[in-house]
Amino acid sequence: MLQVQGVHTFYGQIEALKGVDVTVNEGEIVTLIGSNGAGKTTLLMTVCGSPRAAKGKIIFEGEDITRLPTHELVTRGIAQSPEGRRVFPRMTIYENLQMGALRSDPRYFNDDLEMSFAMFPRLKERKDQRAGTLSGGEQQMLAIARALMARPRLLLLDEPSLGLAPLVVRGIFDAIKTINREKKMTVFLVEQNAFHALKLAHRGYVMVNGKITLAGSGAELLANPEIRAAYLEGGH
Amino acid sequence: MAYFLQQLINGLTLGSIYGLIAIGYTMVYGIIGMINFAHGDIFMIGAFISVITFLVLGALGITFVPLALVVVLLMAMIFTAIYGWSVERVAYRPLRGSFRLAPLISAIGVSIALQNAVQIAQGARVKPMEPVIAGGLTLFTDSNNFDVVISYLQIFIMVLTVVLMAGFTYVITRTSLGRQQRACEQDRTMAGLIGVNVDRTISTTFVMGAVLAAVAGLMVTLQYGVIDFYIGFLAGTKAFTAAVLGGIGSLPGAMLGGILIGLIEAFWSAYFTIEYKDVATFGILVLVLIFRPTGLLGKPEVEKV
Repeated sequence: MLQVQGVHTFYGQIEALKGVDVTVNEGEIVTLIGSNGAGKTTLLMTVCGSPRAAKGKIIFEGEDITRLPTHELVTRGIAQSPEGRRVFPRMTIYENLQMGALRSDPRYFNDDLEMSFAMFPRLKERKDQRAGTLSGGEQQMLAIARALMARPRLLLLDEPSLGLAPLVVRGIFDAIKTINREKKMTVFLVEQNAFHALKLAHRGYVMVNGKITLAGSGAELLANPEIRAAYLEGGH
Repeated sequence: MAYFLQQLINGLTLGSIYGLIAIGYTMVYGIIGMINFAHGDIFMIGAFISVITFLVLGALGITFVPLALVVVLLMAMIFTAIYGWSVERVAYRPLRGSFRLAPLISAIGVSIALQNAVQIAQGARVKPMEPVIAGGLTLFTDSNNFDVVISYLQIFIMVLTVVLMAGFTYVITRTSLGRQQRACEQDRTMAGLIGVNVDRTISTTFVMGAVLAAVAGLMVTLQYGVIDFYIGFLAGTKAFTAAVLGGIGSLPGAMLGGILIGLIEAFWSAYFTIEYKDVATFGILVLVLIFRPTGLLGKPEVEKV
């Protein structure tokens, strides 16, 4: 479904991605783990064309999307819940969700809204509240719900567990599983919380310094002694 | 008391005009964080298009005032919209992502270019315009035989301002276009990720600001009867002051700031000296910047992270 082929991305002079190859197949949950600054977020943003890949190709459902304007990606079926949540702080929750549905068929709006509210009841209680006043966990729910409102076929999630209480993290990972299984939505999940992510994912990639160093099924990676030493034990 | 009331009416009229121009400054600032110094000149062009259209209509023998007003308004809006759009396209968009001062300098360049273009094309002399809407209502006469008068033109200006403000508030707060504009204002990258065409939204914002400036240009033409290629500078600077006073980035702030500046000017001219009215206005700007840099209705940035 998504093929990232030999992608290099620069921030000014700094090469953040040094030839990355990643494949996400339809129906999968694929996770990308790695430490802070490895280039995980850069990869997700490069898939969305902001910043653009300097070299390499990004192919989605057979179409080369490397040079596509960022705002066209939603109509192709890619939505992202980005790093740092990036909800629109001075808009209400309802307006944020309306924004998420900007390019989707208005006929589905009410159904999708109900689905989001069913998944995250907190959002329903607060739908007329400004998003900037929500707690971190609630903002994360809103960011995911907003991405879902776009009815994507590929959902990109960037660190949905960052800074959240364990119970909230569990809720969000359960939601991801449900979305994948019931909505048949393909998920590409970037995480620092390697344990949870690998348990959830069908396959995983490990990124170090802008390169993919390891790939395998979630179970394989979980059992890999290097991974255990680097990402699972010692406080993560 | 009667004198005060009369100045209040005059101040509100002037304030409406400033407010309409100020909205253009505040909207553009809100969405791309730059002061569009060429905005005053867009207003000036709106005034020139109005005069030219009136003359053409007069030559064609169309003298039915309401019809003429509608035609002039439409022409002024269309032409300034084209100007606003082109200025953004040519002078600002290529500089997006460049250092912060670049578009600002470019804006000053555009301002000078537009002034000179109009000066060459239309001449440097003041263009007079015969009153189109004459007459007014005498509200009352006080014991000193002082009449408090509100002209039909002043009523027209205030009513049109209120209607435009209501329309704009509706667009910004309730429509998809308005939500897209606010999304770009709050997080441009994210707006792009959820499918907002950011470039087009910014262009639209420039066009909306220019259209309001055109209306203000028509109002000035009707109210004062004389225009020249240089009116954009002072009116623009005052409208900018109004936008800062109200809190730049805030739409109701721009309108409030405009009204306040109009009132300050009217009352200062009435009770102190007319020569110093501009000093009073810009004195206010200095005070606001010192004591309340976010303006009266400016939003303090309180966000949870």
